[in-house]
Amino acid sequence: MGMLDRFGGVFWLPVILAVIAFVLIGAPSSWLTLTVAGLSMGLMIFLMASGLSLVFGLMDVLNFGHSAFVSFGAFVAASVLAYFGGWLGSDSILLNSLALVFAIAAAIVFGAALGWFFERVIVKPVYSDHLRQILITMGALIVAEQLILATWGGTPMNVPRPHFLEGAIIVGNSSLEVYRLFAFCLGAIVYGGLFVLLNRTRMGLLIRAGVENREMVEALGFKIDRLFIGVFMLGSALAAMGGAMWAGYETIITPALGAEMMVIVFIVVIIGGLGSIQGTLLGAIVVALMQNYVGFLAPKLALASNMILMMVILLWRPYGLAPAVKIK
Amino acid sequence: MNGKITVKIIALTIWGLLLFAPFLFQDVRQIEVAARIAVFIVLVASYDLLIGYTGIVSFAHTMFFGFGAYGVAIAMKQGDSTWGFWIVGVLAGVLVSAIVAVLIGLLSLRVKAIFFAMITLAAASVALVLASQLSSFTGGEDGITYSVQSIFKPATKLLTDAEGGVLRIFDVRMNGKIAAYYFVFISCAVLFWVMLRIVASPLGTVLQAIRENEARAEGIGYRVVAYRTAVFVIAATAAALAGAVYATWLKYTGPDTTLSFAIMIDILLMVVIGGMGTMWGAVIGATLMVMAQYYLRDLMEVASSATEALPLLPDLLSPDRWLLWLGIIFILLVYFFPAGIAGTIMQRRAAK
Repeated sequence: MGMLDRFGGVFWLPVILAVIAFVLIGAPSSWLTLTVAGLSMGLMIFLMASGLSLVFGLMDVLNFGHSAFVSFGAFVAASVLAYFGGWLGSDSILLNSLALVFAIAAAIVFGAALGWFFERVIVKPVYSDHLRQILITMGALIVAEQLILATWGGTPMNVPRPHFLEGAIIVGNSSLEVYRLFAFCLGAIVYGGLFVLLNRTRMGLLIRAGVENREMVEALGFKIDRLFIGVFMLGSALAAMGGAMWAGYETIITPALGAEMMVIVFIVVIIGGLGSIQGTLLGAIVVALMQNYVGFLAPKLALASNMILMMVILLWRPYGLAPAVKIK
Repeated sequence: MNGKITVKIIALTIWGLLLFAPFLFQDVRQIEVAARIAVFIVLVASYDLLIGYTGIVSFAHTMFFGFGAYGVAIAMKQGDSTWGFWIVGVLAGVLVSAIVAVLIGLLSLRVKAIFFAMITLAAASVALVLASQLSSFTGGEDGITYSVQSIFKPATKLLTDAEGGVLRIFDVRMNGKIAAYYFVFISCAVLFWVMLRIVASPLGTVLQAIRENEARAEGIGYRVVAYRTAVFVIAATAAALAGAVYATWLKYTGPDTTLSFAIMIDILLMVVIGGMGTMWGAVIGATLMVMAQYYLRDLMEVASSATEALPLLPDLLSPDRWLLWLGIIFILLVYFFPAGIAGTIMQRRAAK
């Protein structure tokens, strides 16, 4: 294992997966399309999952209602995009981008506000009681889903895309959707930002220290509660952003979106290991690549494949691939 | 009076009402409610074994309920409606449940409760997706309609009077419907009794020890993972049997009646309302929730049309939104009455 770890260890897993898929698929052009789709999907899922993982690592709180932020983000962004429908249709890239920025910003602000409310009202009273925590956040998820149903109705909603993100680029024989490339880039930028925040700033140092040993950080006089609510809001804002981008990716969304994504997000954080954004990114990319490759090779197995992947990885590493915290 | 006795009297009264339900309530819908209550008592009690007695949170309970129901449904549909195929279906459902439970248990019960909850949730949703995708086998979203053993058919004459017609006792027709109801009642009563015995047995005591202090239980020499896996398998088996009984009663099995996430939420609500870790609370919780499901919606319908002139309120009060209110009630209950009805009665009386 020592050899393996020195050269990046488990982080080679997506590459190995891609190589195996390349052999199985046989056609380089389809492989490239699928790989790009998988990477962009992976980064969107990373946005949705990173908050869950960090919040658990820092405070031992697992929020089963996390997917509510994803749903709210998707629906808020879709509503804002629909409101600026005129701007989206125009040829001006400036107006296009403005509408898009407004939509994503609205989702982020809404997600952060909802996160604040969730933390103060739902999660705070049950910090150290896991059983009640699971039950209460589950209850909150039900209420949130019903509120979405009451506000936006149960019918599928169309999400208009900005004009300049429509279409595809042809590389060789494979067509790469512009939106996917955009989602990939945006996700990568956010990951980069998070990485710098956690590894190069004082606040990030405190967060990482808190994940590793909360009592010690508190004993040194830092208010971890205040830090925690910040991380919680950041996590919900990122989840809402992920939801907003997912809405544009799917172009048709239903209130069931949150529940569907929740399962994938859970599988991702279990595979990746809780508490570290590197682990979450790794889990998200592995799951998304797997889903795309298997979806192409054996469509019926797509969801079950992730389940099997999770089982195998848990047998190999019970705490996930790259956890920052050991699950006691 | 001792609180425990109060709870038992309430629960036994409910069982008594269920026993005479066909004679007390002659409306078709009310018999439907009574049968549903009986099945859900078993389902909730088996869930209480996990959450209340062992401190395991699983979201896969409807999956096992579904395995049992689909076992019977597929056997009756593919084969024919005889006891032979019924038994095959029940055994298949129970066997699949037990195997899956062992796999999940051994794989993930060694880690924290929260991890286990996530894994069961993922497993349950995969089962739900599979049920709707393998439509040639499971009937997909529409589910399966089938006929059951001839003794349970409404046209069957259980007892005949002098003229050869269906005998009436207290004005109740002794037909196949009565047979089906008492089949449900007796099966559920027996299953509930078995679970009561399990809780009172040495096994039950070990489980409670694990819930209270895992490290100490391990230290005394009990293999925690083995015990947890065992109780998970027992609960899964009980849920599968409840599913088989319910499938026999409904003559229909689909994702909405057995596998759906909404039912998982119902079970959670019932166990919390009734009182976790009390077993008898399951009777109270299941009864209240099923009654609410059937009659609260009517009430909301009235409230919704009464507030029609106001903005937003009719939307929130419409019967479709009843889960919203249940969710809010659920959160409040977990905050303020974590012991549930049975638990609160027991504590209050004990304190005096």
